[in-house]
This record gives sequence, structure tokens and C-alpha cells, in this order.
Amino acid sequence: MSDTHAQTVAYVRETMLPQQAAPTGQSGVIKWLRENLFSGWVNTLLTLAGLYVAYSFVMHFYPWFAHGVWDANSLKECRAIITDRYGAGATGACWAMIHERWHQFLFGFYPSELYWRPVLTFALLFVAVGPLMFQWVPKKVVWFTLVFPFLAVWLLWGGSVWAPLLVLAGFVLGWIVFSFVGKFGPIAGFSAGAIVTILYFLLAVGPLIDLFHSIIPLGIEHVDSAKFGGFLLAITLGVGGIAMSLPAGIILALGRQSDMPLVKGLSIIFIEFIRGVPLITLLFVASLLLNYFLPPGTNFDIILRVMILVTMFAAAYIAEVIRGGLAALPRGQYEAADALGLDYWKAQRLVILPQALKISIPGIVSTFIGMFKDTTLVVFVGLFDPLKGIPDFIRADFNWKGIYWEPFVFVGAIFFILNFAMSRYSMHLENRLQRDNH
Amino acid sequence: MTEPHFEREVDRSHMQVSDEVAIQIENMNKWYGQFHVLRDIDLTVQRGERIVIAGPSGSGKSTLIRCINRLEEHQQGKIIVDGIELTNDLKNIDKIRREVGMVFQHFNLFPHLTILENLTLAPIWVRKTPKKEAIETAMHFLEKVKIPEQADKYPGQLSGGQQQRVAIARSLCMMPRIMLFDEPTSALDPEMIKEVLDTMIELAEEGMTMLCVTHEMGFAQAVANRVIFMADGQIVEQNNPHDFFNNPQSDRTKQFLSQILGH
Repeated sequence: MSDTHAQTVAYVRETMLPQQAAPTGQSGVIKWLRENLFSGWVNTLLTLAGLYVAYSFVMHFYPWFAHGVWDANSLKECRAIITDRYGAGATGACWAMIHERWHQFLFGFYPSELYWRPVLTFALLFVAVGPLMFQWVPKKVVWFTLVFPFLAVWLLWGGSVWAPLLVLAGFVLGWIVFSFVGKFGPIAGFSAGAIVTILYFLLAVGPLIDLFHSIIPLGIEHVDSAKFGGFLLAITLGVGGIAMSLPAGIILALGRQSDMPLVKGLSIIFIEFIRGVPLITLLFVASLLLNYFLPPGTNFDIILRVMILVTMFAAAYIAEVIRGGLAALPRGQYEAADALGLDYWKAQRLVILPQALKISIPGIVSTFIGMFKDTTLVVFVGLFDPLKGIPDFIRADFNWKGIYWEPFVFVGAIFFILNFAMSRYSMHLENRLQRDNH
Repeated sequence: MTEPHFEREVDRSHMQVSDEVAIQIENMNKWYGQFHVLRDIDLTVQRGERIVIAGPSGSGKSTLIRCINRLEEHQQGKIIVDGIELTNDLKNIDKIRREVGMVFQHFNLFPHLTILENLTLAPIWVRKTPKKEAIETAMHFLEKVKIPEQADKYPGQLSGGQQQRVAIARSLCMMPRIMLFDEPTSALDPEMIKEVLDTMIELAEEGMTMLCVTHEMGFAQAVANRVIFMADGQIVEQNNPHDFFNNPQSDRTKQFLSQILGH
């Protein structure tokens, strides 16, 4: 008799079974290959077809990369060298153009003796975002983060040292008014602070800068916005847009959830209008229409105008992404915050937003990446973006007429590196904020 | 009778009902749209009372206690908590919420904060307690609910019973004078109900004013000084637990008791 009667006979196990290794072919690489690539004749066929496509792709493009020429003075010379080395009909990349013009891709027409300024700004950018992005950075560095925007604008555009200081003073003034009047209620404080700041910027800041500069003329060489181009322009717009659109998006998302009909209505109109209009339309508004509405004689910088419009555009999308995050939170979180006596802003800041933003990270970062790539659209308002503005300019040079692939590959690669870094960081952040298990 | 979940003697020495009125509800009505959820509720709670509110689901018992800290708004009548009347005035609402603690069926701990941070959040930001003091208070209450060793974990790492005890401790950190319990054990596995009820009994023994919506009739018998039975948005019957369970008057109460007690 065997043990198969266990269900009818009382049974007690006497020895526990030790753990055994899985049979070969049921684990490791072989199992993976079998399950994922060769699990049936259809999949085997598809695997082979895929391998063939990948092979021909590489065989087609590899020579183009491998035959690349780094040292030449024109496209014609490049081609001559390639024909010379690899025979007639051989293809090859003419990297010599990048070699000669890389600085225009990076800095546009920024004066070359001042390249240190954008480079320094870029380096300081990492110090500024450090405390926001990584926990090991000392929290005190946040003070530098707050000053950085003013420092960056001054370093990039130059001019009187008093301009950034007095603009910063305007915000400090607004903050002082806010915290003083804020004792009578947050809305009163906010409105008073905003009004004082705006009045200061409209009326006082210009004359004050002139006054201070006439007393103590301190400053660095001014660089006009028209000189900006390439990645300097794209990164300036991208970083500025990202930094401003996240808070704007949060405010809009909260506004859309508000109980106050006016706030809610305005938020919905803003979001739906901006999302309903192509970005290029908004850029044209920035470059052409805004001038009609502004008082005559005001010279509102084109990069600033574009940055504001790009920010508004991204903010509308981010607001909707965050609204999704807010909707995903259980009602109980709001109720628990209420029951503990937290007021609306404290509940949002301490309980609701940390959770809603965490849920929204992938969507927010997607919006950032999309916005950063969309900065290349500024070519339509006459700015030299790295993807079309700069290459078109280079191709206007007789030496490089007809060079198409190389600038796309080069610019695409840089965009990819920057965007991939953002994407990886967002995944890192998601993991760090993971709270569910262990 | 259902089996009580606890064997130990409940110490009644500190359970004293004073003359002071903690909560006064007069002629209160509430509607959800056209649906009349709460009808003519009159209820006076003295300080030190332990009231259990029972009734079939949909009878409005949760809605009633959620009106007391304004998680739900009432449309008619008066609610006065600790001498402050609940109106649309946000300041009054905030004052009342600081005095009234609430424990929910689904705990509602903040999952992005550690247990300690959950406990210190409101004292630091609402009561402006210095951080060090808030942490001391928090550890004191964590010890009281017997899980000080979990202070640095996140809510998701704790069992349901532990989470509910943390939720009770979180409310206590605000030093409330009244505690509301909205079905605190209904979402728990049977073996965890006892640990939560034990915590609630200890609280009652210290003289806390408590209103509990619960189906734990053993708890009602051991701790409550008054049991309120609600049906269809109305208070149908209220009495001391002994008479309530042994000598119910209305047919609705008898029917309800026979359903939940008679297995």
C-alpha cells in the first residue's frame, strides 16, 4: 500500500523536506530564453525576424558612424576624405562641423570671452537644486537656492549688480508685508504682499537701479537676449519654466478643487484655455501680441516673455496631473487632517500635497520633459533654438551647406542625455518615497 | 449575550459623570439632498460619560458623531461643544476640533509620515508645541498603547490593530477633552479587536468623555454608562446598559438586539 490513502487515513509528516534546486532548464538564462524568446514557433520566428532587423539596422548605420570625419573645414572636404579612405559610394558622418561649431550649439552667439558666465551658472544650478533633489545635501543650502535665480539672471545677462539686488529686495519687501499683514489673515497678507511687490516693480525698481548705479557703478558686461541661442537658450527656458510651472500648477490644481466659485471658475478657464491652444500660438502671442497690450516704450525681454508663456503652458498640464494625484487620495486623509484641527493650508501642505505629488511624479516629470523639448519651438519667434535655429544658421555658411543628419544626431543625443537623467531621477525619487513595505 | 472580548475587571473608580455639559445637541436635523438622515436629535452629554451608539447600518449613527466635529454639516438646530456653538465660523470649528479627538473605522493614518511624525504633526502645527515636547508626549502615548518600538516605522508596516492604536494615540496627543470613535473595530480582524478595545477601556478608566459608534456589545456592557439606539435617523431608545440589554422597551430595539445577540 502506498501513501495515497492519506485523505482517508490520519497522517502526520515525520521528516520535513529540505529545499531542493529547481531542475536545469527551469531556472536562470535558459529558462528566461525559453520563456521569453522561444516559447513557441511563432515567437521563435518573431525573435529571429527581430534579430535580423536589428542586424540590418546596425549594419546600415555603423559605417556612417565609423567613417566619421572629425577634422575638416567644409562638408565638401569631409566627403572627399571619406571617398579617399573608404572608396567611392562610402557614407560617413561629417563630425567636423560639430568640432568647428560646437560652441554655437551650446551658447548661440554669446560672446566667446564670456562663456565662463553661462558655464558657472550651469555649475551653480546643481548646487541650487541639490537640497531640493538629494537628502544628503545640507538643508542650509536652500538659502543659496532662493538667491540663485537672481544670481543666474545677472550672470547670464550681466548689467548692473544693483538690478538683481533691487529685484531681490522687491521680493523681500513683499515677504515682509505678507508676514506683517498676514497676521490679519492669509488672504489679506497675500494680496497686500502681492500689491506692494507689483507696485514696486512697476514704479520704483527702474529708477532705483539707475540711482544706485549712478552712485556706485558696479556691474559686468551686458549681453543682449538676441545673443542667446542653442542649449543655453533651451536650458534657460527649460529650467526657468520647470521652476515656475510646478508651484503655478499646484496652485491651479488646488484652485480647481476650491469651494470658492470664482477661484474654481478662473482656474478651470485658465487650464482649459491654455490646454486647448497650441504652444506655437502662445509663442506668437508672446512675441507679437504682448507688445500691443503693454504700455508703449516698455521693453519686455523676449526670453522672459517666452518663459512666462512656456510656464503657463506647462502649469496647465501639471495642474491636471496633480489633480489626478489629489483625486487618488482617500477621503479619510482629508477627514483625519480636519479632525486634528489642521486648517486648509496646513492640511494641504503637510498631509495632502506630499502624497498627491508623490503619486503625480511620473506625470509631472513627463510634462517637464515635454516642456523642455518644446523649448525648441521658440525658433518660430526668431530665437536660435539648438535643433533648427542654430543648424539653419550653420547651413547658411557655404562650407556647411547641405549638412542635415549630423546636427540632428548631436542635438538629439544631448537632449536624450538630459531627459534621460530627469527620467532616472524621477524613478529614484519614487523609490525613495516608497512607504508601503519594509 | 455575545462573549465579551476581555476578561479583566474594568476599574470604574475614575469613571465619574460630572454635572458639566460637554456636548449639547438641540433639535438637530440633517439632510443629504432630499434624504432626511438625522431627525430631531436631542442629546446632552455630560463630562465623563461613556456613550455607545448602536443601530442598524444607515441609521445615521456615524453621521451624528461626525456632525459633532463638523466633518458633516447640520442644517437645522444647535450643536454646542464645550460651550462653543458650531456655526459656519471657521474659528469656532477649529477650536472645537482641537478639543475633540476622532478615531475612524479605517484609521486614516498619514502613510507618508512615520508613526512618530503622525503623532507630533498636529501638536506641532496646530498647538504650536515645541518639537521636543511633542515627541515626549507622543512617546508617552505610544507607550500607553503599547507600541513605542514602532515609532520610526511607517503606518503601512503595522498590523490593523497596531494602526488603530496609533490612531488613538494620535488623537490623544492633542489632549482632547472628548473622544469620538466611529466604528473603530469594524475593519479589524477578530484577533486584533481585543487590543483596540483594551486601549479604549483604559481611556474610559481615566475618565475620558467618549462617544463610540460600535457593534461591540460586550464593550458597551463593560464600559458604557449609557447606550443609545438609533434607527432611521432618530434616537429610538436610550438607557443604562443593564436595562438596555435586559429590558429593551421598543420593538425596533428588541428586534435589533435579537439580531445581533441571539446566535
